[in-house]
Amino acid sequence: MNLFDILGPVMVGPSSSHTAGAVRIGYIARELLQDEIASADIYLHGSFATTGKGHGTDRALIAGLLGMKPDDMRIPDSFAIAGKQGLHFTFQTKNIKDAHPNTALLLLTGKNGRTLEVQAASIGGGRIMIQKLDGIDVNFSSEKPTLIVHNLDQPGHVAEVTSMLSHKSVNIATMQLYRDKRGGYAVMVLETDQPVPAESIKWLEHLEGIIKVTYFNGEEE
Amino acid sequence: MSYTSLKEIISEAGKRQIPFWEVILQDDLEERKVTKEASMGQMKATWEAIIHASGNYEGSLKSSSNLVGGDGKRMAEYMKDKEPLTGNFTGEVITEALRMAESNACMKRIVAAPTAGACGVLPAVLVPYYKHGKAEESRIVEALYVAAGIGQVIAYRASISGAAGGCQAEIGSASAMAAGALTYLEGGNNRQICQSAAMALKNLLGLVCDPVAGLVEVPCVKRNVIGAMNALSCADMALAGIESRIPPDQVIDAMKEVGDKMDSTLRETGLGGLAATQRGMEIAEQLDLCYNQNI
Repeated sequence: MNLFDILGPVMVGPSSSHTAGAVRIGYIARELLQDEIASADIYLHGSFATTGKGHGTDRALIAGLLGMKPDDMRIPDSFAIAGKQGLHFTFQTKNIKDAHPNTALLLLTGKNGRTLEVQAASIGGGRIMIQKLDGIDVNFSSEKPTLIVHNLDQPGHVAEVTSMLSHKSVNIATMQLYRDKRGGYAVMVLETDQPVPAESIKWLEHLEGIIKVTYFNGEEE
Repeated sequence: MSYTSLKEIISEAGKRQIPFWEVILQDDLEERKVTKEASMGQMKATWEAIIHASGNYEGSLKSSSNLVGGDGKRMAEYMKDKEPLTGNFTGEVITEALRMAESNACMKRIVAAPTAGACGVLPAVLVPYYKHGKAEESRIVEALYVAAGIGQVIAYRASISGAAGGCQAEIGSASAMAAGALTYLEGGNNRQICQSAAMALKNLLGLVCDPVAGLVEVPCVKRNVIGAMNALSCADMALAGIESRIPPDQVIDAMKEVGDKMDSTLRETGLGGLAATQRGMEIAEQLDLCYNQNI
């Protein structure tokens, strides 16, 4: 933990895990969808389900989906703001197998029709872990520059991504590969030490076999 | 952080002939690859956020469960009529601890130090100290480095999470951080800083995390008061030359051991202690904490 994980974060209360972490889950989910959110069906598991209401976990998640950060004073009023901005949402509880006690599952639809399913856990101190995207296991903290590439499971895509990063002098901090089945849908998640240039992301998006590229710089949050 | 013990920090400070707080600052620069101006600027902003949060208290607010709110105001009103038993300065410390912890429960903006549940302890001692002109802002910022360094060692060797180590890990850690900061501000040496932290943590060893209905409200708000009062007395003891017979790092290790042995019902699950009393369970039942319908 760095110094400002101990003295910080500056956040709206009452709980770093149930409130600040929940805002961040919503915020990162919005970044991942890359669209304004039209509707969100949210499922709460474990301690989020049992104590979430008293901790404002629900209002915190919606605040994040609206683009607010954990220190935004408007978090308590997020439901009203969502109403004004046309964000429709529902909350339900769900027992998610083998999930961390503070887990939320978000089914999102963007205003341009994009959809995304995000499962994330709040792991303490306002820090989070994104665990599943569209049902595929991923595990990343969202604290570093993060590049997520969805592609067909065929040879060469990892090499395309890593050689592009090497060419741009971007060092890979962590790298994970997942797929639903052989030859099916695959996801690579790369956390990097330097930001990835926007033009390189555009270039990646146009390659054959690459379905979707998502990038955000968690260090700037 | 590269330091895994308070002993190492003291030894590094001695070797390089720099103060305790600067060892922590240098370590931050090394770890996050930032400039001194950036680190100190962020610490100053953290202090400003604390001052802002203190000024932003509203005595009329209630938490969404209705269990918490207005006690900071009550304490301040009581002090208008008479000097509290503990003296005026300590009365202000009590008031500030209540205000900050209540603001947190009421979804106002606070600074987690080290957690949101314990966010009142450090401001409770530092804000009145600062307002009485006992230290310039620049020295308060230095004291925050001292506090954060102590917190980092505790986080590394033990835990700062109630779910992992009970309330001793939250209020206990905050109290140790506050004691160290105060001892520094009062001119204590590095050994005294660590002794005050050790005594503060020792005094709260074994404190369980038993929040009613699982909320950061009861008994969390008032435990911020005891964390702050404990920090004051331990800083005074350390400045008087009183020492912990058990070395500071070993006290932290003991806190970890006690936390590991603590039953899970007493670690932020809302299933034991005050939460499991008859009244505690009635409150939990009465609160509408269920989501099984669309909002």
